[in-house]
Formats: sequence, C-alpha cells, structure tokens
Amino acid sequence: MPAPIRLRELIRTIRTARTQAEEREMIQKECAAIRSSFREEDNTYRCRNVAKLLYMHMLGYPAHFGQLECLKLIASQKFTDKRIGYLGAMLLLDERQDVHLLMTNCIKNDLNHSTQYVQGLALCTLGCMGSSEMCRDLAGEVEKLLKTSNSYLRKKAALCAVHVIRKVPELMEMFLPATKNLLSEKNHGECELVPQLVRILKNLIMSGYSPEHDVSGISDPFLQVRILRLLRILGKSDDDSSEAMNDILAQVATNTETSKNVGNAILYETVLTIMDIKSESGLRVLAINILGRFLLNNDKNIRYVALTSLLKTVQTDHNAVQRHRSTIVDCLKDLDVSIKRRAMELSFALVNGNNIRGMMKELLYFLDSCDPEFKADCASGVFLAAEKYAPSKRWHIDTIMRVLTTAGSYVRDDSVPNLIQLITNSVEMHAYTVQRLYKALLDDISQQPLVQVASWCIGEYGDLLVSGQCEEEEPIQVTEDEVLDVLEGLLVSNLSAAVTRGYSLTAIMKLSTRFSGVNRIKKVVSIYGSSIDVELQQRAVEYNALFKKYDHMRANPNPNVAVITIHASNSTEADMTDFVFQAAVPKVSRPNPAQIIKCLCFEVLIHGFGLRMRIKLTYTLKGSPVQDLAEVNNFPPQSWQ
Amino acid sequence: MQFMLLFSRQGKLRLQKWYVPLSDKEKKKITRELVQTVLARKPKMCSFLEWRDLKVVYKRYASLYFCCAIEHQDNELITLEIIHRYVELLDKYFGSVCELDIIFNFEKAYFILDEFLLGGEPQETSKKTVLKAIEQADLLQENVDFQMRLFAGVMVPNMVSESSGLFQN
Repeated sequence: MPAPIRLRELIRTIRTARTQAEEREMIQKECAAIRSSFREEDNTYRCRNVAKLLYMHMLGYPAHFGQLECLKLIASQKFTDKRIGYLGAMLLLDERQDVHLLMTNCIKNDLNHSTQYVQGLALCTLGCMGSSEMCRDLAGEVEKLLKTSNSYLRKKAALCAVHVIRKVPELMEMFLPATKNLLSEKNHGECELVPQLVRILKNLIMSGYSPEHDVSGISDPFLQVRILRLLRILGKSDDDSSEAMNDILAQVATNTETSKNVGNAILYETVLTIMDIKSESGLRVLAINILGRFLLNNDKNIRYVALTSLLKTVQTDHNAVQRHRSTIVDCLKDLDVSIKRRAMELSFALVNGNNIRGMMKELLYFLDSCDPEFKADCASGVFLAAEKYAPSKRWHIDTIMRVLTTAGSYVRDDSVPNLIQLITNSVEMHAYTVQRLYKALLDDISQQPLVQVASWCIGEYGDLLVSGQCEEEEPIQVTEDEVLDVLEGLLVSNLSAAVTRGYSLTAIMKLSTRFSGVNRIKKVVSIYGSSIDVELQQRAVEYNALFKKYDHMRANPNPNVAVITIHASNSTEADMTDFVFQAAVPKVSRPNPAQIIKCLCFEVLIHGFGLRMRIKLTYTLKGSPVQDLAEVNNFPPQSWQ
Repeated sequence: MQFMLLFSRQGKLRLQKWYVPLSDKEKKKITRELVQTVLARKPKMCSFLEWRDLKVVYKRYASLYFCCAIEHQDNELITLEIIHRYVELLDKYFGSVCELDIIFNFEKAYFILDEFLLGGEPQETSKKTVLKAIEQADLLQENVDFQMRLFAGVMVPNMVSESSGLFQN
C-alpha cells in the first residue's frame, strides 16, 4: 500500500479543482483512502491522515470518522502526533458527544508530562473545550500547575482555571489560595486583587518600558486592560474597593496617550470600569468627557463605542451627557448605519423641555433623509417627545403634520388613535388642524395613517373647514361638495386600505349632521350598502338605518346633538364574533330641566353633574364568550355643557 | 471571546476557533450567516457590528477577514488590538505572511493562535515569548512533513490576492 499523500500535496491538488463537483470527487476519493488507512491501524501515517481530514473538514466536509483517531494520536508518545491530535480534538469533538470524555485520562497524563509543551497542549485543550465533567475530574491537576515554578505553565494554568471555574463554579474555592500567590509575580502573564492591582497598574504606566510587551509605546496594553477589567469586577458592588481605585483610574484616564487605537482601548476600558463601580461623581464626569472626546475622533470605531457607552449612561448621568448633545446630533449625519442608530436613540434620550425645538428640527431632518429601517422608530420617538415637551399646541400639531407627510407610511398603526385623541384635546386648534390635513390630502393620499387621521378630522370638524374659521393661517375656501369629493375619492381609490375606507365612510356619515347637502351623503351610503367589503357594507347598512329611524333628530340642527363614536378593534390574532355594545345611563329626575342629548344610537340623559354612561361589551373570542362592564364618566365637558 | 473566524473575500473559511460548545450544524450556520453579513459591509463602515446577541469585531488584512465574536462586557477596541497582535505573530513566524501561508500551513496558524490565546483570552502579551515557545515546540517535532513554507512552483495563476502580504493594502 503506497504511503498516503502528504498534506500539502493534497491541499494543492484540491485547489486545482475547477468545479464544486470536481472538488467533491477528489475529497471522496481521499476520504476513502484515509478510511482504509485508519482501518489498518497504521501508526506511522495516522498523523498525516488526520491533518488532511482536518483540512477537508474546514472546507465543509464531514469528518466525524476521524474523532477516535484523534484520541489515538493524543495517546501517542510522539509530540507531532499529540499536537495534531489535540488540534483535531478541539476541531472535531465537542462536549455534547460522549467520545470527548475518553480524552480525560490522556489529558490527565499529559498534564503531568515531563515536557512543558505537552503539558501546555493539554492545558490549552482543556481550557478551550473542557466539559464540566472533565473540568471536575481534572481541576486538581490544574490547581497543582498553578503552583508550579514554571511561569510558562503557570499562566496557562491560570487561564485554564478560569475556564474550569466558569464551567463548574463550585470549584472556585479550590483555586483561591493558589491565585493569591500569583500576585507577587513579575511575569506579565498572570494577575489579580485590588491594592496590589493598583500598584501593578501604577508601575505599568509610570515606569517599565519593556519593548517586548509594548504596543506603540504603551506598556503592555493587554495587561492594563485586563487589570482594569478585574478592578471593574471587584469594585462593582463594593464601596471600599471602589474608593481605593479612584486615584489610579483618574491617573490612567489622564495619562494615557490617545493617538493610537491601543491608547483609546485602555481609556475605553477605564471608562467602562468607572461606570460600573461605585465611583465618585467627579470621576464619572471625567469618564463622560472622555466619551465626548471620543465622539470627535476621526476613527469611526471610536465614535461607535462612545455612542454605545453614552447610551448606557444617559439615564444615570443625564446632565453630563447633555453637554455633548450637539456632537451627538452631528453623528446623525454619519455614514455608518450603526452609528446613526445609536445617535438617534441617544438624541431621543436627551430631548427635554429646553432643547425640544432645536432637537426636533434636527430629528425631523433626520426623519426626512434616513433609511426606511429607521423611519418607524424615529416617527414613534418624535411623537413621544412631542407629547412630553411640546412648547405649544400649534407646534405640536405642526410637528405631527410634518411626520405624517414625510414618513406617513412608516408610522405605526397604534399612533393613529393616539393622534386622534391628541387632536381632540387641542380644541382651539381644530380648525387649523383640519385645514392642514385637508390640504395634505389634496397632495397625497397614499400614506394610510395620514389619510386615516385626516378623514377622521374632516368627519369631525368638516363644518369648521367649510366655514373658513381658521385663525392660525389663511383660511382656505372649500365647499361641502369639494370635501365630499375628496372623501369619496378615498373610498374608491386603489391606494386606500380597507381600514382607511372605513374611516372615510364614517367621516362622510358624520358630515351628514354638519353639512346641509344630506342627500348626496345618503346616496353614497346606500351605494355602499351593497359593497363587497363586509366591513363597509355593515357600516353602510347601519348608517342607512340611522337615516331612516333618526332623521327627525336631524331636523333641528341642534347644538345639543353630541356624536359619540366608539372605536373598537380586535388586536388579538383570533377572530372575534358576536360583538355587542350596550350603553346605559342613569336616569335621574331632577327639578332642573335635564337636557336630553341624542346621539347616534342611544339616548343619553344628563344631569347637572355631567355625563355618565355605563357600557357593556359582549363578544365571543376563540369560541368562548367574554363580557366586559365599565362605566365611562370622563366625557369632556364640552360635549354636554 | 466566543469564537474567531478567518475567511477570504470569497467567503472561504481559512481558520475557525470556537471557545464555546456548539454542534457542527450550529457552527456551520453561524459561520455562513456571519460571513455573509461581514462581506456585505461597505469599506467605510466601522469595524464593529451587533449580530444576534453578540458583538462582532472584524478587520480585513489584504485578502483575509479576521472576525471575532465577543460578549457585551468585552472591550471592542482591545479586541482589535488582539487581532492585530495575532497578525503580527503570523507575520513574524512566516516572514511577511500572506493568505497562502495560512492555507497551506493552517495547522501552524492554529498552533500560533493557541500559544497566544487560551480559552479566548490572551495568555502571553510578549511577542517574543510566544514566538520562542512555538519555535521550541516545532523543534520537538521529528516529522519532516510539516515543516515547509511554500515554494514558487506550486502557485497557480489568479492567486495574486492570496499571495499579497497581509500588511499591504
């Protein structure tokens, strides 16, 4: 049997394959050869074969038949075999397979081997992929190695121990004494614990220019970062420790050279540490200022981590972060998507009563130009911020209009009822609002949320529209027919969603109590009585009924006619059937003349104290009946006074 | 660090080091998705991205992407330094390293990585010490097979990118 081909030879051959199929063929051929070689228990070439298998595994081909062979290699006495064997184990085995437990004994032996490189291999493998069972079995050996005088092994043992503790936290006790001893060690490979750490860190920054450890003139940045990280963990919930670190943290923060990434990496770790421990406020401000400086850095990576960190601290250190607001807002214009997103989130977090106008200008500009993936979140954010901090109602309405017209199709569905509520409450702005919405509709009827809100408003305040009562801006001249044209246009347009059509039909209906041209409306409504859309049909039929039964109410244009519309929607995924809405009001007989308000379908009695209504909802959801009782008594006074 | 991947601009995997236990299937899925995501990034974008619930740090050296997945509390900037240090080690070892070196000597690349990182953390911060350890370990190997660097006759056209040094741009 000829010797199996060498690894590099195989690699070269496979790379000459011109198609995937050709490659697969070569691989299969070689795998077959390797399999028979394994079957023959060939010790000489096992190593070479496993190495080839590992290459093929990296290309994506199955290699599990090599797992046991790796174990045999690990057990071999040749260093080469062990090297490839352990590599194979790390690549092909994982702790979910029982096979890996067979390694335990080999690793145990190798941990006690006379050659440090063999011990090193064992430690490395255990520290990389040791399962909890293996770790439990071998913890003792690792602990022994922590105490060896060989620094090469000690540092490996330390990191291996970290892995062991992560896998089996109960074993931590076992490692503590050995760890304490590691501290007084000059070798840079290991470290731990507060005042001693502080001292070590100090030494690192002040003295010791050690060329082999340094990166761009900064002594051993990896170690510095590690120490800082450790300080972070130790100081997290401990006041005393935190205090002990304050000075050194301030020192690192101010003395570290920032021209290269490595210096910034240390500063960043320092900031993270300061934020996590119980540091004094001066130190925190220092940290935030470092982040602020990061924001101005040319390196986008640094800007990115700065924004991320600021986002985490904006709640707790709000004022300090506010100082960097303008820089953050500038980041909205950055090219990188992740930076933009963070800048947006941070900007919203920074909005308050004082800066609302300026911030909103920037954010609306951002809304105009940003990618679609941001628009929904940005729109919601704008609405929330506007609701909290609007300096005036007019400004609020204008802002909403701006969002609806520029990002109308991205606005979330639940914003529509919220906006309607908002508009309802801004009584003095009704005329202005309906006018602006009407004008927007004339321009563009494709953005559904905009159209829905506009329809509702026109239905509600259409009388203000045609009477030209707007004070805020030049009132437009529009006739009832023109308004109805627009609303009917929505009903027939292909751009309108079903929900939108519902809104416009209801609006048309409502106008029947406000406009004089009732016949036209009656006609429209009766047409839709036979609409294919079930929702529309139902509405139209009910409205028709209203025309017939309650026309007498229409006879006197009675200012006391209050229209109460309820919006009920099913937001569950199941169907809801047999929905019944009942309303009842207390009948109170008083000597004062009670005014009777008749509205859409119910008679409601009011008395001097206000309008109270008891409602009862019943419906069937997922087959089971549901009943809901409630009392409504927060009708706005304008509706009944 | 949870894992490190090295892959070419065509998405071919050159090295994969996993520090968390995952099934082969999961590893393949993660690799495929992450490689696609990173390759889709434009050159102007920053080296960090959020992917699933991890932070990913990547950097391109000539034709090779070095990609690390770290956890939330880890420092991205120092991870970039870790990547750079690894490339420096490779460069010192192979002498002006290029992708081809890593393709044909992948096991060496692993050995070097395992001398530098253990369990995902840097175990030795001195370049010299790491390289010395590798050198000694190499001497221990008796088998002549795994020595070599590449010789010119083996190169096939179209590998210009793979033979350009990692430190060139």
